This record gives sequence, C-alpha cells and structure tokens, in this order.
Amino acid sequence: MKPALVVVGNGMAGMRTVEELLKLAPDMYDITVFGAEPHGNYNRILLSPLLAGEKSIADIMLHTREWYAEHGITLHAGDPVEHIDRRRRVVRSAAGLEVRYDRLLLATGSKPFIIPVPGHQLPGVIAFRDIQDVETMLEAARSHRHAVVIGGGLLGLEAANGLLRQGMQVTVVHVTDCLMNQQLDKPAAQLLQKALEHKGLRFLLNAQTAEIVGPDRVTAVRFKDGSEIPADLVVMTAGVRPNMALAQQSGLHCERAIVVDDTLQTYDPRVYAVGECVQHRSATFGLVAPIWDQARVCGAHLAGAGHRRYVQQTSPTRLKVTGVDLYSVGDFIGGEGSEDLVLRDPRRGVYKRLVLKDNRIAGAVLYGDVQDGPWYFGLIQNRTDIGAIRNHLLFGEALCAQAA
Amino acid sequence: MNLSQAHLSVRTTCPYCGVGCGVKATPKGDGTVEIAGDAGHAANSGKLCVKGSALGETVGLDGRLLYPQLRGADGLRRVSWDAALDQVAGDWQAIIAEHGPDAVALYVSGQLLTEDYYIANKLMKGYVGSANIDTNSRLCMSSAVAGHKRAFGEDLVPVCYEDLELADMVVLVGSNTAWCHPILFQRIARAKEARPEMKLVVIDPRRTATCELADLHLPVKPGTDVWLFNGLLSYLARIGAVAPDFIAAHTRGLESALATANVECADPLEVAKICRVDPAALMEFYEAFAATAKVITAFSQGVNQSSAGTDKANSIINCHLIGGRIGQPGMGPFSITGQPNAMGGREVGGLANMLAAHMDLEQPAHRELVQTFWDSPRIADHGGHKAVDLFKAIEAGTVKAVWIIATNPVVSMPDADQIKRALAKCQLVVVSDIVQNTDTNDFAHVLLPALGWGEKDGTVTNSERRISRQRAFLPAPGEARADWQILCQFAQRMGYEGFDFDGVHAVFDEHARLSAHQNGNAPGEVARVFNIGALAALSRNEYDALEPVQWPAVRLADGRVEVSQRLFGDGRFAHADGKARFIATTPRAPVNAVCEDFPLALNTGRVRDQWHTMTRTGKSAKLADHVAESFVDMHPQDALLHGVREGELARVSTKWGAMVARVQHGGGIARGSVFIPIHWSGQSASDARVGALVNPVVDPVSGEPEFKHTPVRVEQFRVSWHGFILSRQELGLDAVAHWTRIQGRDFARYELAGRNTIGDFGLWARELLGVDGEDADWLEYEDRSAGVYRAVHLSEDRIDQCVFVSPRQDMPSRAWLASLFGKERLSEIDRVGLLVGQPVEKGADAGPTVCSCFGVGRNTICEAIRSQDLSSVAQVTACVKAGGNCGSCVPEIKKLLVETLAEAAS
Repeated sequence: MKPALVVVGNGMAGMRTVEELLKLAPDMYDITVFGAEPHGNYNRILLSPLLAGEKSIADIMLHTREWYAEHGITLHAGDPVEHIDRRRRVVRSAAGLEVRYDRLLLATGSKPFIIPVPGHQLPGVIAFRDIQDVETMLEAARSHRHAVVIGGGLLGLEAANGLLRQGMQVTVVHVTDCLMNQQLDKPAAQLLQKALEHKGLRFLLNAQTAEIVGPDRVTAVRFKDGSEIPADLVVMTAGVRPNMALAQQSGLHCERAIVVDDTLQTYDPRVYAVGECVQHRSATFGLVAPIWDQARVCGAHLAGAGHRRYVQQTSPTRLKVTGVDLYSVGDFIGGEGSEDLVLRDPRRGVYKRLVLKDNRIAGAVLYGDVQDGPWYFGLIQNRTDIGAIRNHLLFGEALCAQAA
Repeated sequence: MNLSQAHLSVRTTCPYCGVGCGVKATPKGDGTVEIAGDAGHAANSGKLCVKGSALGETVGLDGRLLYPQLRGADGLRRVSWDAALDQVAGDWQAIIAEHGPDAVALYVSGQLLTEDYYIANKLMKGYVGSANIDTNSRLCMSSAVAGHKRAFGEDLVPVCYEDLELADMVVLVGSNTAWCHPILFQRIARAKEARPEMKLVVIDPRRTATCELADLHLPVKPGTDVWLFNGLLSYLARIGAVAPDFIAAHTRGLESALATANVECADPLEVAKICRVDPAALMEFYEAFAATAKVITAFSQGVNQSSAGTDKANSIINCHLIGGRIGQPGMGPFSITGQPNAMGGREVGGLANMLAAHMDLEQPAHRELVQTFWDSPRIADHGGHKAVDLFKAIEAGTVKAVWIIATNPVVSMPDADQIKRALAKCQLVVVSDIVQNTDTNDFAHVLLPALGWGEKDGTVTNSERRISRQRAFLPAPGEARADWQILCQFAQRMGYEGFDFDGVHAVFDEHARLSAHQNGNAPGEVARVFNIGALAALSRNEYDALEPVQWPAVRLADGRVEVSQRLFGDGRFAHADGKARFIATTPRAPVNAVCEDFPLALNTGRVRDQWHTMTRTGKSAKLADHVAESFVDMHPQDALLHGVREGELARVSTKWGAMVARVQHGGGIARGSVFIPIHWSGQSASDARVGALVNPVVDPVSGEPEFKHTPVRVEQFRVSWHGFILSRQELGLDAVAHWTRIQGRDFARYELAGRNTIGDFGLWARELLGVDGEDADWLEYEDRSAGVYRAVHLSEDRIDQCVFVSPRQDMPSRAWLASLFGKERLSEIDRVGLLVGQPVEKGADAGPTVCSCFGVGRNTICEAIRSQDLSSVAQVTACVKAGGNCGSCVPEIKKLLVETLAEAAS
C-alpha cells in the first residue's frame, strides 16, 4: 500500500505542489485533497478579470474535477478540514470525514482582514477572496448603485475596477495618502490615481472608516471625521491574514504564520506547509512567484528528492487593471546609501524609478511603460553591476544594447 | 509703386570682408531674401563664400534697433528723432563751448559707407574743428596705410586681384585667406590648379586652412616678420637679385634699409633661428622669391596688428622695391583689408591722422585746399586721438562726449574692459547701431537706429581700389535712418552749413569733386593719386547705375575716363620726388614678452563663418554650425603643462583681463602660442570677450594695436556641471557661470557650465526655462546622485525647450534634438527618444503584451508557436516564458495556440 498524502487546501499553492510532486513521483502517494470551496482549483489571480467580466469561470479553472480523477486524486471540495490529530496522523473534515496521512501538506492560504468597525457584519459587507465573493459582487451590481471599496491596495483597486466595469459607482477608501503604498512610491501612486479617476473611480484618501451604517443591510460608510458616503456594497480589501488556525489548534509552531524551514517542513517532520499560510525566515507571502518556488521545493521534498532549498527572491507586482501598466519590484523606496534614477513623462502617463544600491538595482517602480520590468527584475536577481550602463539604464534594454 | 518691383533682383555688395564681392539680392514676397553672387562683378564673378551666401538669414528684424532712445533714470526710453538729436547737439555745443572741440569725438567703422564716412569726417574736421575721429579700421589696416604712405608717399595699393592669378608666386603673410577672404583664396586656388607650377607660400605662426594649398608654410615665431623680410632683403642684395636701374631711377633709401637689415639679418641661419623656422624651408622661400619675377606678397592682420606693424609692412615693400617687383602685372605688395569699406574710409580721410581725399592734416596747403573746398568755418590742424588713445582720453576725462557709429568697441578694442571703464565715466555716449543689444549699447546715453545692409545706399571700396555700389533692396525698418543723414541732421542742429544734401549721390559727388579738386602738379595744386573726378557730377540715376570701378578714375582733358587697374606702372610714386622709399626697419620683438606668470603668447583672429561681433552672422543657424563656441586653440603639450584638457573649459588671463573658453587642439598651433577667436561678445557668451585680454600696446607709427601677441596664462576652469539648452524662447542666463548662445533654426542653443551645486534640478530647470504651471507638458529624467538631469518642455506636441545637465561632458549630440525643432508635431517614437537625446529605434513589433510578468507580446508568442511547432501552453512557457508566473495569460495563450494552429492548418 502507498503512503498517504493529505493536502489541506485546494488552492493554487497546494495544487501546484501536487503538480510538482507528480512530475517527480507520479505514483508515490495516495493523495487526498480537502478544499473549503465547492470547486476544482482555480486561478485566484483571475478573480479580478472574472469580476470585470473579461473572463469566465471556465477560463480561470486550473484543475477540473476530471483532472483529479485522471491523476487518482481524491477531492473533497466544499468540505474543509476542521481538525488535525498529529499523534494519530488523522485529519477530520467538517463533514466528519477522517483521513489518515503519512505526509500532510497544509495550504490553507489566508483570510481577508475585515476591519472590525461597527457594522462590519452587515449584509453587503464582503471581502474579495473567492468565487463566492465575486458572485456576491455581481449580484450587488445588478441591483445596487453605490459600492465602496475599503483598502486602496492591489486587490482593492482590482475589485473597484471590476465593480466599475459592472456599472457601479465605486469609491475607494484608503487610509494613507497614497494608493498601493506597499508597491508604489508617491509619484507613481498619483499617476495611477489620476488614470483610475479618468476611468471613473472615486477616491477618498487619508480616510479612516469609523462605521458601516445600515439598518439591515449596509446603506453608508461613515468616517472618523463624521462624513458619510452612501454604500450598497462594501468590499473590504484591507489586507489578508495567514490562515493558521488549524495549525495552531494542532499545536504546530506558529508565529505570524505557520513556521517552515528551507524545505517547507513545519516543526512536525510529517507536516509541510506552502503558500500564504507560511512564514519562512520571518517573511510571509502574498504574491504568486515565491509560492511557485515553494511548491517546487516542497514537491521535491515530498517526492523524496530532497535536494532543493527554498530561497526567497524579490517578486514583482503588477496591477491587473486593463489600460493601466504598472510594475513594481524590490526596494522601491530606497533610503540611506541608495540612489535614484527617475523619469517622468506625465503627458504620456509614464513614470519610472529605479533604486540603486552599490551600483546594483535594488528596486523598480514602472508606470505606463513596463516593458523593461522583467529585464530590471533579471538585473536585480542577478545582482548585475549596472555601472557601465547607468546612463542608459532607465531608457531600457534596447537602448542599452544599442549603446553597448 | 509697381508691385512687381518687389521681386526684382538688386545688385549690391557684400558687407563683410574687404574682397567686396558683388551680390544679387532678390527680396521675396514672404519677407525672405534670395542671395546669389553677382556674375558681373569683377571681384567674385558670381561666386560667394559661405558668409555671403547666408546673408539672407541675417536681414531679419529681430533684435534690431528701430527707434531713437534716451537713457533716463529707469533705463532707455523711446524718443523722437528731434528729441534725440536736439539732446546730442545741445550737449556737444555745451561741451565744445566749455572744453573746446577736442573734448568731443567720433569713433566710427570700416563698415560705414563712403558717404557716411565722408560726412562724419567733414563734420569733425571742418566744422567741429577737431581730428578726433577715429575708426575701427585703426585696429585693422592702419599699419598698412602707414607703410604705404612711408614707402609710396600716399596710401596706395598698387595691385589688383587679377595679379594674384597672374603671379608665379603668391606669398601670404599673416593672412588666413582661406577663411577670412575666401573668394580671393578661391581665385588663387583656381589659378594654381590651372598652373600647378605657381608657388604658394604661407607665412603664419599657425598652420591655418590656408596652408592646405601651400607649397611651403613657414610657421614663424609670432612677431618675427621683420627679421624674416630683412633677411630676405639682405639675401636678395647679397646674391644680386636686385634691379639696379629701377632702384636708381625710382627709389631712395636702399643703403640705410640694407644696412639696418644686415645688422641682425645677414645670416639666414640666424634669421631662421630667430623666426624659429627650418633653415632649409627659409632658404627655399628666399631662393624662390629671388628666382621669381612675378611675386605677390599679400598681407593682412598678422602683419598689421603688431607693435611693429608698419615696419612689417615696409619690410615687405622693401623686398618688392629692391627687385623692382612692383607696378607690373602679377607682382607687388598687397594689403588685403578686413572690412568692406576700410579703403573707402581712408579715401575720405576718416581717421584721426588724415584729412580728406588722401591729404594730410599736417600740411597747411592741404588744410587750406580742403577748407576752401568745403567753405568750412575751421579746419582741424593737428592729429586727433587714435582709437586706443581716444578711449584713454575718455577715461581721463579730456574727451567728454563720444559718438560711436557702427562698431562695438567694448568687444573689439584691446584692453576692452578699459573701454567699459571709459564709457562708464563718459559724460555723453551716443551710439548709432542697427542692433538694440550690444555690449557697447549698455553704456549709451543716446541710441540712434541706423540702416543696415540691404537698407542703406552708397558706395564701398574694396581691397583692389574698386568702388562698388551698395544698394538698398529693403525698406527702412522702424525709424532707422542712414548714417550720413543722421550726421547731416545733427550738423544742421549744430548750426553748420554744408550738410544740406538732396541725396546720397550728392554726398558722393562732393567727395568725387574734392578728390579731383586742384589735384595736379600746377602751382597751388596738390597732386594725389586718389582721384575719382570721373565719377563727379553723376545724376541720381547715373549714380544708381554706377558699375564697379577702380580708382584712380580720372576724366582726361578730352573727356575720356582713364581708370588704372594697377599703380606705379610708370615707376612714378606719390612722394614729391616721384620716388619710392626703402624704409630702414629695425626688428623689434612684441612689446610684452611672455614671462613666468604669463608664459604663452595669445594670437587672435577670425573663424571662417563669423564676422566681427556676430550681430549679423550670429543670426544665421547655418553659420553657427562651423564653430559654435569660442575656443582656445593650443598645443597638446602646452595643455598638459597647464593642466587643461581638450573639450574642457579653461580660464585664459592676462594682465588686462580674463575670459573662459573651451580648449581645442586644432593641430595648427606651435608650442608657446594660443589662438582665440574675436567674435564672441557679452551678448553671445558669458565670458568670451577676447578683447579684454589683449594688451593695449600700439604701433608707434600707425597706432594699430598688437592683437597678435599678448602674454597669457591658461588654467583649468573648474566646473561642477555641464549642460545645454535648446529653446525657442530667448533666455536670461545670468545665474549660470558659463554660457554661450548659438543660433539654431527656430531656436537658440545655449552651451552651459556651472560651478554651483544644483539642489532641486526640476525647480532649477523650470525656473531657468521660465516654465511654470502644473499642466506644462514637461518630461524629465533625473539621476540626482550622479548629477544627471534632463528635461523637455513641449507645447501641443511641439518641442519648445530642452535642458540636459551632467557632471561630465557625456551628453548626447545636439543634432537630433535640434532637428526636432523643425517639426510641428512630434511623433510618439520621437517623444520616446527625447530624454535619451537620440532617436530610439523602433524595435521589432512584439505586439500587444500578453504576458505582463515577462513582458511577452502577442506576436512573439505566435511566432514561437509557428516556428517551433508548439502545441501546449507548457511548451509556450518553456519557449518564451509567457504564462510561467501568475498564469493570468494562460487562457490567452491557449486561444493563441488554437488560432495559430488553425491558421497553419488552413
């Protein structure tokens, strides 16, 4: 009999790990996958285009039920695991199903952070995390007019854009004076804001939400300064929290998330974890690129080919809003000892900034013209000395090649 | 007026160098002027040099002085002509009444027409009663004039241009003919092409463009010409290459000249050493001169602008006299003048030591002749201040009023900062000019608008004594008036009679009549070779139709007109005894020798495509291309020694002043010397007036300054940044340490360098370019810690301004950016290149981006699918990376796979 691998979480991280494992050792395990959502695995990144109406659910499916069957994987979709008994090496699902494991892979992802202001539990207040959320939003868009998105980060702007495309009047509420402040410096954020305003989005910056107002469904959002805007739908996109409740209950060592080593192993050698639920060397993760790396390493270790090590890499960010080109990677703020290359062409909607440290690129913010983003990313990863091409660097790869 | 007249060609004369080329100007309906050479003019037979060809670009009215102005407490203000002239006349009357006529002065120009010059001279010498009229010709060819007068008894150029073509040997001394008199040089070049045996020798400390055609170049040590020609004289005498009959019959003074020459120059080896030339080359020159009968020795400023300029001229003339190489076709000494009407000025006596019509101030008979002819109340009886002395007298306060006409002494005079001091102290400075802003106008109390080339009417005389008409083909702009008119109207206000002319032809007529007046050998007469009596009594129409004619032009008793192409063919000279004089010329080194503090010798001169202080040539973008900025040309070894580098800025200083220029290794300059061009003024550059550096040393006879030799020091001019601006708007750059303005087509280019640290580049640039408003279409690139900044300002997709700054001189070529100023709209691809400063190649079209993670375009993916026979997303990802990260584009890749494969199958 084959050893059993139980995967908790039918999302992108877990299933990518399974894929990597299958590549190396297709027949090594009996694999069982538990997922909270009642679907196969889909590309969560494409929820924004799904909301915007640019893609269909079929478009965004990564693994259909047939795929699981083809690979002999048992899928329990819509039945989340509620308990892990590490002593007995058994998981128990919400439906009461118990499955034994020899190896356990935790890929529980993260949970949206719902700001606990009064009224946050009112109907019409949602997050933007899964297909259900998208369906709620589409439903709201059909019957309501005013949407408020709280949180002007990557996800919030994508949600806002989607709702706008669905015909709602959308206001984005952000707590700082700068959109996407995790990924953009101020000039880029201002350009972005202008571009989105041009599309029809409204913004309230430096706005502290005090209360979500409504008798039985949300009707307005009130701020600390007492002002109020109408809202039929409130989407909270104020960040996510690693989903580690299950791991904590089972006594696995957690800090901000489930702590793993360079092989993605938790403190229990039979238990691995990947994705947004893990903490590796004090970092947590939200972008797809590092998670792909984790999946590759974790898959290898599960396959017994334990020679890979997960090394954190900088990952670039892009905004998936049609007509807005934006690329951000690495340390784009800089500071003591760093240098800046900046190019501004507001009329053309172009802003580019490279942060240099010791003659190497430490970070980049590209707005409007992102073509060279991957090239800069490569230069960051390779720690390339750019001294010789500094004068042409910001003008792009083609010109540097031409000048060389 | 008949409308079709507006498009008729007008035959006129070029206003630049002394060659005096005929020009055909055709004003077009759109305000432009088409310029061509006048095929019927003997000087150029239809050819024009680059400056002449660009005349059409210089006649625009931008920057012109159009109205009289008076300086009040709050600057210049426009006034009527009456008010301006009343003011000047009143002040002059008061000053003359209190301090005498020598307390006022005119400082005029070789660019005045003969008629202007005539009136100015008549006014000063016959009516004010002072000879305080001098001219910038003093700076140019007064040594040649003095040399001519000493040798020939009158200021006479014996040869004509054709002689340059007939000669078997042309010696060019101190003359970069190729650049400064291009049409003459072309005539020499063509003659040499036809007769390759014709020998061309260039004697010049610099290896100039003129040397390219030379068979022999003698790069003499600056200031040693007299040694060289004394040596030649001595050599010719020693080997017997002399014309004893000619010497006996037509000359005097050989013994003493030869004795003087033999003191230091009898040994060619010694001469070679002093002149620092190869002895073999020197002997080649001497031998060739001795062996050739038809020799022309043409000389220019390299000879004249010297504290020994007159002796240099005479040492050359001596060598022609000793072999009788004068008066016949293809031979003779030949002073080539620098200005269009230097010769005309000399004809009317418009210098402080002349009278009129080639007569002398010191001669009572001459004075009486002129005064009687003019019927003037008085006549100046002693020489006035020559240029350098004049401005010293102004600073000393003995001359209290000066009227500067058509010249820019704050730029062109030696010790030019002294001119500033003098004008700043002067009680009344009047300036007649065609330009509103000049370095000299800054000091004017009264500004009077004069007519410029194309508007004025009169005559000029070129270097071969050929009088040509300058004809107006443009209307007088604003309230500008002809200089002769301004002076006549002033004279009338002064209460003088004799200034009531009914046209410029009447002025010329009086001048022509004076030249013939009592001009003969009868008792009571004063014989002068200068005689244009044949041109007297021309009607207005005849004057207008006057064809170029050489003087003397004498009407014989039988009514026929006799014109002399060359002079002294009969061996008769203008001294009373009819004999030419050898002049003993004791060689003298330049007055100020180089020393430890100022170890290099400064030489100044022209560049090919600019003229004087650039008030006209500076308007032409075409002419700006050749030499954009002032420079200091020096030997690389000297540069090394003095810590300066080619392409960088250097501070050049003398005891008199300092300037900043870019170091250049032109390859033509020997160690120990540097060369700086004369053209840049306070209007065209922050700090490039070479005149401020030049020692105010003059030739004792001619009073001509020693422009070709001032001891200088060259040091690094340390700057913290370099930059350039191209701008459709004129900018004030007072805050920038060093700048030069260069005219472009539809824009001005400024080359900059700064010594300050620029804090906020964006702020600095917007302020400098005068751009405010958030909405301005403003592109910028900034590498702050490296000190690199670039910004471009556009208006409605048209480039308006750009500024590039770098701590190094590693900025892009200005050419492409400059070319954008000709476009009404910039294309997208142009715009992308703006901050790069160069055109960006349109890369292979990757198509719309499909995979934004890896920046992979649709076309790239389709191409890969086709060429590599890909059939799955995984294969596409493996091949071109697309889809390998977030997977967002996987659906699109799938679609592309289906489409492309279907396409391939069909």
